[in-house]
Amino acid sequence: MIVQVALATGFVLILIGIYGALTQRNLLRMIVAFTVANSGVNLVIVAVGYLPGRTAPILDATVPAAEAAARIIDPVPQALVLTAIVIGLGVTALMLAFAYKLYEKRRSLDIARFSELKW
Amino acid sequence: MIKRALALLLVLALGGLFASLMSAYAPDPELNPTARYYAEHTAQDLGAANLVTAIIVTYRGLDTLGEVTVLFLTAAIVGLVLAQSRRRIPHQPVPGGELLATGTRLLTPLILLLGVYVFVNGHLTPGGGFQGGAILASGVLLVLLADPVKPFSHGLISVIESLAGTLYVLIGLAGLALAGGFLDNRILPLGEFGQLFSAGAIPVIYSLIGLKVGAEFASMLASLSETEDL
Repeated sequence: MIVQVALATGFVLILIGIYGALTQRNLLRMIVAFTVANSGVNLVIVAVGYLPGRTAPILDATVPAAEAAARIIDPVPQALVLTAIVIGLGVTALMLAFAYKLYEKRRSLDIARFSELKW
Repeated sequence: MIKRALALLLVLALGGLFASLMSAYAPDPELNPTARYYAEHTAQDLGAANLVTAIIVTYRGLDTLGEVTVLFLTAAIVGLVLAQSRRRIPHQPVPGGELLATGTRLLTPLILLLGVYVFVNGHLTPGGGFQGGAILASGVLLVLLADPVKPFSHGLISVIESLAGTLYVLIGLAGLALAGGFLDNRILPLGEFGQLFSAGAIPVIYSLIGLKVGAEFASMLASLSETEDL
């Protein structure tokens, strides 16, 4: 059940992000939309690693190493998402820096003003 | 208007795809073979209690080195792109206010301490170099907010950053010479499972990653805060 809730939330966030990136005219709002979609993707990947009735992949007194394979959820998606979050932050910082440069050139954040690559 | 309708149509189509993915989805009852290998072998092979840390720092250590490199490139490009927009003379410094200034003096050391705690214990508890580095950078962000014209030492940050990066690669190469391969953590004794000084080189590598990530985030924040208001 909890997997379905997490998956649905992630998918809805992805859809909100895509819709926002396609319909917003302001560069900053488009960047926010991309980060929302990014969070949705991360949520979906983590949800896929969940196995019902199991616990976090950290071994201690309650989860001894001998029983680990039967007691923990999949650690690989969590490692992937950790990477994805950090790279996502780098991408966001780059987008913000480029948005600043574009504003400096045109004094506007409206995407309609940047028509060089339009076809 | 037609653009908005097309976007809505695309989102609806994607939503239909996602819904069909979700309706057929059932979580696996058992771990897949890769995850099972990590679950069964991490404790005796690497001595790390946190399996996610073991995967990131050792099993997939090369990927993490690449990831840190990507982050370094990002910080360098942000600095380069915004370099010409640096404020020459600070015009009309906006004071952060008494509350923020006093709060910063109290909180910054605590935030830095928490960041170090999180990355030093990365092999035992949830956390690690990336999370701890982000916490360190949030302390720097607080200082930048409280006093926007305070000179920020890019020199010190780049020394920390390059030193951590070089040591990280050197530890990786030591693994090649003394243990099983590049970034092998068994160049140091594995120690007692679950203790702070255990899991070989994992705490050392993750601390270096923490310092490097913290320095990179801090330099990005400083680059963004030092750009001129338009």
